[in-house]
Amino acid sequence: MTMTIPIEHVMAFAAALFAIGLIGLLVRRNVMLMLVSIEIMLNAAGVAFVAAGSRWHAPDGQVMFLLILTVAAAEVSVGLALVLQIYRRFKTLDADAIDDMKG
Amino acid sequence: MQTAFYMAAAIALAATAMVVTRRNIVHALLYLILSLLAVAVVFFTLGAPFIAALEVIVYAGAIMVLFVFVVMMLNLGPAAVAQEQAWLKPSAWIFPALMAALLLMEIIYFMWGSGLPPAGGIEVTPKQVAETLYGPYILAVELASLLLLAGLVGAYHLGRREKGKTDEL
Repeated sequence: MTMTIPIEHVMAFAAALFAIGLIGLLVRRNVMLMLVSIEIMLNAAGVAFVAAGSRWHAPDGQVMFLLILTVAAAEVSVGLALVLQIYRRFKTLDADAIDDMKG
Repeated sequence: MQTAFYMAAAIALAATAMVVTRRNIVHALLYLILSLLAVAVVFFTLGAPFIAALEVIVYAGAIMVLFVFVVMMLNLGPAAVAQEQAWLKPSAWIFPALMAALLLMEIIYFMWGSGLPPAGGIEVTPKQVAETLYGPYILAVELASLLLLAGLVGAYHLGRREKGKTDEL
């Protein structure tokens, strides 16, 4: 087929998306925006899986995306419950303010 | 299809960069929805229409609703009303709206020229995905259900209010 996108371009797109998510996670101190950055990174991993599956015409990549979707849903529900608890106890969403455990 | 892929990828990257640089969480969520819609178009061009639909329904639908609910729960009181008014200025939503309109135009273009092959080569149909999911990957499906149950119980346990404590949330 002549009308195909090179797999390198899709992988570069996924890597750039992942890098933006990682930078967001490292730079931002708002707990909620850190959760959003994790979502972006999981999504980028999903793009890589679907691109590889599409390259080999195999459905396995899409199955992996479904599993990533499940992980993201479970992670975000627990994470947002934690955000609510943090806000109730500390009245802030700043990750640096939550250092009571001195970890 | 190639042009559509590069356009959607550029929109996704720009929107994601906006997400991590916004100071306002609602603006960040607005750009995140745009980013997820653009990634859905990327999936469509890669020959994965089922995954594109799931991206819109589960990511841009369900997970975003969770985020918006938590933002709403954290912003109670009369001060929030004035804040809402300031947040909904046209300068905040005009750029995401324009980009989303561009994505919509791409989708309409696909629907007009439905004979176009997906850019990734051969389309992987939902039927193939389902047969693989409930064939060799059946154990992974069971594990995913366990994970979701654990997430449900964990979110319920963490989200409940402590007895005897009265606070505004």
